[in-house]
Amino acid sequence: MIAYIVRRLLYAIPILIGVNLLTFVLFFVVNTPDDIARSQLGDRRVTQEAIDSWKAVNGYDRPIVFNTKVAGVEKLTNTIFFDKSVRLFAFDFGRSDSGRDISYDISQRMWPSLVIAVPTLLVGILVNITFAMLIAFFRATYIDFWGVVLCVILLSISSLFYIIAGQYLLSKLFHLVPISGYDTGLNALKFLILPVVISVIHGIGSGTRWYRTIFLEEIGKDYVRTARAKGLGEGIVLFRHVLKNAMIPILTGVVVVLPLLFMGSLITESFFGIPGLGSYTIEGIQRQDFAIVRSMVFLGSVLYIFGLILTDISYTLVDPRVRFS
Amino acid sequence: MLLIRGCVTGKRMSGLILQVEGLSTHLGSESEPVQAVDCVSFEVRRGETFALLGESGCGKSMTALTLMRLLPSSGRVVGGAVLFEGQDLLKLSEADMRRVRGGGISMIFQEPMTSLNPVLTVGQQITESLTAHRGLRGGRARSEAMELLQAVGIPDPYQRIYEYPHQLSGGMKQRVMIAIALANEPELLIADEPTTALDVTIQAQVLELMRSLQRDRGMSIMFITHDLGVVAEMADRVAVMYAGQLVEQASRNEFFTEPKHPYSQKLFDSLPDKDKRDRQLYVIEGFVPSLQTEFRGCRFAPRCHRAFDRCRGEEPPRTTVNGRQVFCHLYGGDSLAAEAGPVSTPGRPHGGRIPLASKAALLRIRNMKVHFPIHSGVFRRVAGYVKAVDGINLEIPQGHTLALVGESGCGKTTAGKGILQLIPPTGGSVIFAGQELTTLSHAELRSHRDDMQIIFQDPYSSMNPRMLVGDIISEGLRAQGRAAAPAQLQARIEQLLDQVGLAADSVARYPHEFSGGQRQRISIARALAVDPHLIVCDEPTSALDVSVQAQILNLLKQLQDDLGISFLFITHDISVVAYLAHEVAVMYLGRIVEQGSVEDVLDRPRHPYTQALLSAVPTMDVDSGRDVIRLVGDMPSPSNPPSGCYFHPRCPAAMAICRDRYPALTRLGNGHETRCHLYRADPGA
Amino acid sequence: MLVLFWTDLLIFVLLAAAIAFSVYAYRREHLRAPWRRVGRSRVAMGALVILSAYVAVGLLDSIHYRQELETRTAGGQSQYSNEVLSLFDWMVMPLKTRGEKTYSAPFATHLYAKETVERADGSQQRLYPRLVFGGAQLRDPAERGADIAQRATIGALKGSALWLLVATFVVQAAAWRSGTGFRLLAAEIRGDLTMTRWRAALLTFLVLLVIVFVAAELSSGYHILGTDKVGESVFYQTLKSIRTGLVIGTLTTLVMLPFAILLGIMAGYFGGWVDDVIQYIYTTLNSIPGVLLIAAAVLMLQVYLDNRSAEFASVAERADLRLLFLCLILGVTSWTGLCRYLRGESLKLREIDYVQAATALGVGHFTIIVRHLLPNVMHIVLITVVLDFSGLVLAEAVLSYVQIGVDPTMNSWGNMINSARLEMAREPIVWWSLFAAFLFMFTLVLAANLFSDAVRDAFDPRLRNR
Repeated sequence: MIAYIVRRLLYAIPILIGVNLLTFVLFFVVNTPDDIARSQLGDRRVTQEAIDSWKAVNGYDRPIVFNTKVAGVEKLTNTIFFDKSVRLFAFDFGRSDSGRDISYDISQRMWPSLVIAVPTLLVGILVNITFAMLIAFFRATYIDFWGVVLCVILLSISSLFYIIAGQYLLSKLFHLVPISGYDTGLNALKFLILPVVISVIHGIGSGTRWYRTIFLEEIGKDYVRTARAKGLGEGIVLFRHVLKNAMIPILTGVVVVLPLLFMGSLITESFFGIPGLGSYTIEGIQRQDFAIVRSMVFLGSVLYIFGLILTDISYTLVDPRVRFS
Repeated sequence: MLLIRGCVTGKRMSGLILQVEGLSTHLGSESEPVQAVDCVSFEVRRGETFALLGESGCGKSMTALTLMRLLPSSGRVVGGAVLFEGQDLLKLSEADMRRVRGGGISMIFQEPMTSLNPVLTVGQQITESLTAHRGLRGGRARSEAMELLQAVGIPDPYQRIYEYPHQLSGGMKQRVMIAIALANEPELLIADEPTTALDVTIQAQVLELMRSLQRDRGMSIMFITHDLGVVAEMADRVAVMYAGQLVEQASRNEFFTEPKHPYSQKLFDSLPDKDKRDRQLYVIEGFVPSLQTEFRGCRFAPRCHRAFDRCRGEEPPRTTVNGRQVFCHLYGGDSLAAEAGPVSTPGRPHGGRIPLASKAALLRIRNMKVHFPIHSGVFRRVAGYVKAVDGINLEIPQGHTLALVGESGCGKTTAGKGILQLIPPTGGSVIFAGQELTTLSHAELRSHRDDMQIIFQDPYSSMNPRMLVGDIISEGLRAQGRAAAPAQLQARIEQLLDQVGLAADSVARYPHEFSGGQRQRISIARALAVDPHLIVCDEPTSALDVSVQAQILNLLKQLQDDLGISFLFITHDISVVAYLAHEVAVMYLGRIVEQGSVEDVLDRPRHPYTQALLSAVPTMDVDSGRDVIRLVGDMPSPSNPPSGCYFHPRCPAAMAICRDRYPALTRLGNGHETRCHLYRADPGA
Repeated sequence: MLVLFWTDLLIFVLLAAAIAFSVYAYRREHLRAPWRRVGRSRVAMGALVILSAYVAVGLLDSIHYRQELETRTAGGQSQYSNEVLSLFDWMVMPLKTRGEKTYSAPFATHLYAKETVERADGSQQRLYPRLVFGGAQLRDPAERGADIAQRATIGALKGSALWLLVATFVVQAAAWRSGTGFRLLAAEIRGDLTMTRWRAALLTFLVLLVIVFVAAELSSGYHILGTDKVGESVFYQTLKSIRTGLVIGTLTTLVMLPFAILLGIMAGYFGGWVDDVIQYIYTTLNSIPGVLLIAAAVLMLQVYLDNRSAEFASVAERADLRLLFLCLILGVTSWTGLCRYLRGESLKLREIDYVQAATALGVGHFTIIVRHLLPNVMHIVLITVVLDFSGLVLAEAVLSYVQIGVDPTMNSWGNMINSARLEMAREPIVWWSLFAAFLFMFTLVLAANLFSDAVRDAFDPRLRNR
């Protein structure tokens, strides 16, 4: 078991190196630092001096992978590749193109993201499982049929619609909650309700339909027939036998996104003005701040790989077939 | 509709635990229903074992599920009554029915692997039944569960109760299923093919357990099976089902001494055994009709050798002859039987047999090993091997059939694939007609592929569903670069189809249009296309019903006679071996423990494992008086075989030396060899 | 002069492939059978009609040309306009050209914003001016209701008449092919007794035709979905957005399919180091969160295109190239799922008896892959393609909103929503752009989802026996 986890952790290293190389190629080989400087400075007719000084300030004035001008180890370390990419492995994200300390920003902005994402996830799972169980209980009836139709309709609606309609209805028309914004402590609560509710509603369609498929697959299995042959009631069969088995794919599907909750949701956060990592990323994109985007790509990958490892571990915890073999 | 035929008599008898009256169950759509159970009536008496016998798809499992009201969602009861202790189960409320399920009537199923909930412990699965019916909880339920496990012969119940199903072997799981079924001391136990998924030695254990439980508890058993041998061992009375209907009901002795219905008679005749070696098997032509068709007359008539006009137009009456029920016009009372066909057509003797003089080995296997590495640790180092095949020696002469016999997991299928180089052997040599195969490169091997062919067990997965039968058969010819001009190719395909008994128009059809038996014929034609000298038959008949199995066995024997092909016949079915094989090799845990001519091995088995295996096969001789040699435990894992002789932990004749040394080869003369310390080792081996 | 954009080319390649496949599948029973099962679903037949309408608009909008100008060069050669139009533009030219000054609500006769107007007597007054085109035919705006009703009726009648014509023709053709009489077949369709649910298809078609004709009839007098900030018809914009949505939904899968299929099957079939390398590639790609990879790539593309803007003949061409790259990038982020699925399936198929039998017959690796593996995983590919489509259409809107989607000059639902969102705070609210974009997107996605459900049910062998 420990050997397995160690193996998984070791396997993450080449993947992170791959991610790092890929982003490096994307950010520095497709466009030269000059191109980047030009687009940062905005003006079409910028002088070469302006470009050079921008590069010097932001650390883009060095060779890309190999520096012949300096001696020793610096030949490799005093390069854009080392400075901008290799440092990421130590979670040293450096400074954004506008000069801010990215690591500090991340440490500040991940909490609002979590405050939105965690309740969304928990409430979402609870709601989806409840609906899916209901539909599964009434399988092959009209409730099942119309439940699925409703799910398909819900998941055919753009997430933007949910947000815009929700903001309009609840905030603008009924003045129940503020349209957007954020506050610290308990005051944050009133800002949280709307984004959480909207995110949960947005997830109902696909979530319920997916869980229903899992439940129905389990209901079709032989052990359910055995349970019925024992004379157990439908409720016990569903909750004790079916749900317990279905929780294995459901839980492991959830575990993989757990670490990514830190990253927040791009759309929700920017619509509701929540100062989380999601809106941070959006700001980075909209300001064309490559240092921020690069850092977020790397951070996201690290968290995703961590999620994969957690998934494998959770499998061994949840499923006795894996636990005892 | 259904009741018009008058299949409900309305007679209520006493002394019965279960009385089923005119039961009909449909599946699927209303417009084109599958008439899975049609007008079935029978009764189960107190304390008896009642066997429901039939081939796959005849509706016997659906009958059981209808009794329990556990039909799949597409199923519905369209008529009849099920009287259990006087009350009609079909009229009970769902809540009342729940009290019957697992209380008055319990049921065990065919697949112990999937029938237990994988995420609940054995204890939880037993106690929830106790809680539901008797309100037992906590410690009392647990101790009761342990007693039940003890009663079904599970060692260490204190420990097992906390284990999960996947930690138990197949036989143990079925014992757990039985323990669950017995939890509330049911009056009736319905066992739906409870031993079909188990090996024959494990089957013997489970059947023995069921018999003793019945003796001790006096419950009734309704035993559903397709196996005549199991019926003979278990049943007091027998009912035979065909195409959704009961065709015959009789006591065991009557049924086995004189089956009345032509279908029952044919079933007996088509069973292979050694007495029929020199003849072709009787076959029931055609195959079981789809239950979606609208039937007129007797459902068996199209396949019946004694059918006459009336059979095709009129449904036969339910006749009682000397207390036996037969559903056939032959026994209709008025002597119309004169019109019927002959009682029995004897099987033709095999013709043109090649004398088995040529003893020169076509295929010679020396010390072949197939090991699969087990990886473990951080760097996935090889920590050990699953020794699926661990040094076997075989020789097959031209025109001979060698049967490789063993229980599941003994490595016989891996051995077959290793010989064909479908799985590269890890050691030893495979020499075909003087050519060493294990050292050939992929390309060289491809040009030798026409020497040996293979036929698989599952007729459904052995053909690409997206290819036409013509393309399937000609695939080998194309791959071997032997595809001639289209006209010649076409002629060759038609000749092959004719050889395996299929119509020429099969060429342009897809595999799904054929039945299981027909598909096996196509597989045989595909193998024959490249003119192989040897065909590895990997359980080619075990997925087929008895009546269809006979057709395929006849075909294989015919091909051997006509073409002089050798067969390596991999099987677990001793009766097929007795009918077909010239030589037999018995495998246990990756090694061959005994081999020799079929007469020597089957009639005079020397190795204790062979003896136990043979004794465990259920036979139809009602009073054979044979003693089943009961083997304890299960086959160990091939990744960690026992020390010394692999068989010693289960061997009734184990000695001290058996624990230490793997026995050397003992030659018993006439090519009969065994590896057992009971027989003095041949110094030359 | 015809203009061929990259995406146009790929769309027609896709169309040709689809037609070729249907001809191929039509001759093979096992390929036709699942489609027949799709045809047995009423919902699927209705959805198919809706989807076809969208596809028709998308295809018409993919034939581009440049208008020949009246002026000629000194050498007497023809000159062409800089503006690239499509066949669809030509068909709905009035929608495109009849612009207003700024916002106007659907069916409005007056502008949304007050303007200072000089009256005949010289005095100035702030009022809502009449629209240049919307309702211009009305002498008195109060007649609007009657006018709308009249036009709608005419449109409905025209639509029904055309439907009657088409339906008769279709039924006649079907009757002629199957050898049944026209009346009998018509009666069967009316009673919904046909195996393929023609009734559902024809009824949806009727509704569709009526809507199209009513909309066309009304559009000649009004801006039925209003106008946007610069006075362009929102109806026109949302129709033009159809092509963008379809391109994203289809080309993305088209560009990713070869990789996913080839690598997935190879990884599963060969195993060993091939499997290790392919698994490494897709795990790496997959571990970068999709949106971020798209964001990074689009940002880089933007810089690249910005610095080379002089090299493009027109804005439309540049926007088209960006659209194509967006499809590529989306493809890169979405092929890994299918690849992994195909790998697993090939791993199973490698051990299946008929592949073993082929090996035993001496069939080569390549032939085994093409003949045995590929046809038996195609149903997975098809299910993935249809299931991905709707997700991609929705993703376009989100990405464009985050400004990492299609070019801002391109018509797309995402861009429509994005620009309309900024006007949310206005009073009274400017809702029609949002409404139009969401309505058309929802209809497409819903139809696609319903259709893909039916396709999945028909093709997935596991679901078939339920």
